[in-house]
Amino acid sequence: MFNLTTFKELITAALWSGLLAGLLLTAVQQIQVIPTLLQAEVYEENAAVSTTENSHEHQEWQPENGWERTFFTAAANISLGIGFALLIGAVMCLRGRPNNWRMGLLWGLAGYTTFFVAPSLGLPPEVPGTTAAELADRQSWWLITVLDTGFGLSLLAFAKTKTYKFFGAVLLAAPHLISAPQPEVHSSAAPDELAQSFIIASVFANAVFWLALGGLMGQFYKKDS
Amino acid sequence: MSSTPVLLDNAQTQVRSEVLKDKILPAMLASMLGLALLYTAGFSDIAPLHNAAHDGRHSASFPCH
Repeated sequence: MFNLTTFKELITAALWSGLLAGLLLTAVQQIQVIPTLLQAEVYEENAAVSTTENSHEHQEWQPENGWERTFFTAAANISLGIGFALLIGAVMCLRGRPNNWRMGLLWGLAGYTTFFVAPSLGLPPEVPGTTAAELADRQSWWLITVLDTGFGLSLLAFAKTKTYKFFGAVLLAAPHLISAPQPEVHSSAAPDELAQSFIIASVFANAVFWLALGGLMGQFYKKDS
Repeated sequence: MSSTPVLLDNAQTQVRSEVLKDKILPAMLASMLGLALLYTAGFSDIAPLHNAAHDGRHSASFPCH
């Protein structure tokens, strides 16, 4: 029916790459991402206590702070890592498998641009307790931006004619001309410095994650491996 | 005399079916699995899943609550 060996190689490479990049991301997050997030949460909780005092309704399960929370964050990071690695692998399988990990880095950079940089230009990484537009609107804008950026980048890189390349560049710019959904009033429980610190930390952590993911896929999924 | 085009046709069909088997189908199946994982960890609104993946979602800059 289809080439099972190719498929198995792709899956194995994605599992290992996602696992390792997810663990690396979890470690990098401990430097600044998580500490900033936890600090912001204190502000968010204080704000919530002062506004909705008696609303201790039915609370959904959430991991306890400490090792349990870190464990679930690592699990989420690894799942995202494997998910993204499968997408990188699919594109590598279509475009031709990489020669080495350096070629994988380029795919990682493309993933970073598509899935992190482009959507973050309109919807920057936010700490908990920040007002934002409707979740569904933001998710739609995020998805459109990602699809559009991915398509635009591939035209820019692989299209044969200048017209198509130009069309690719237009696609890259398009979601930012139709601006991202914004809340009616911007406000945040946490101070501005904390929000800024979170953005910088996320930009760095995601860069490390994507370059590692691309490089690892380049290594594990290279030709004749 | 008329066998050449037929042969070419056969060769082309074979190349096409190999591309389908070696590239398109594995890539499609892998991306479907990948998207399912990304949706579960990054976008599902089932509360325990959201809470478990909360910090990962914020860090990846996914739109979260």
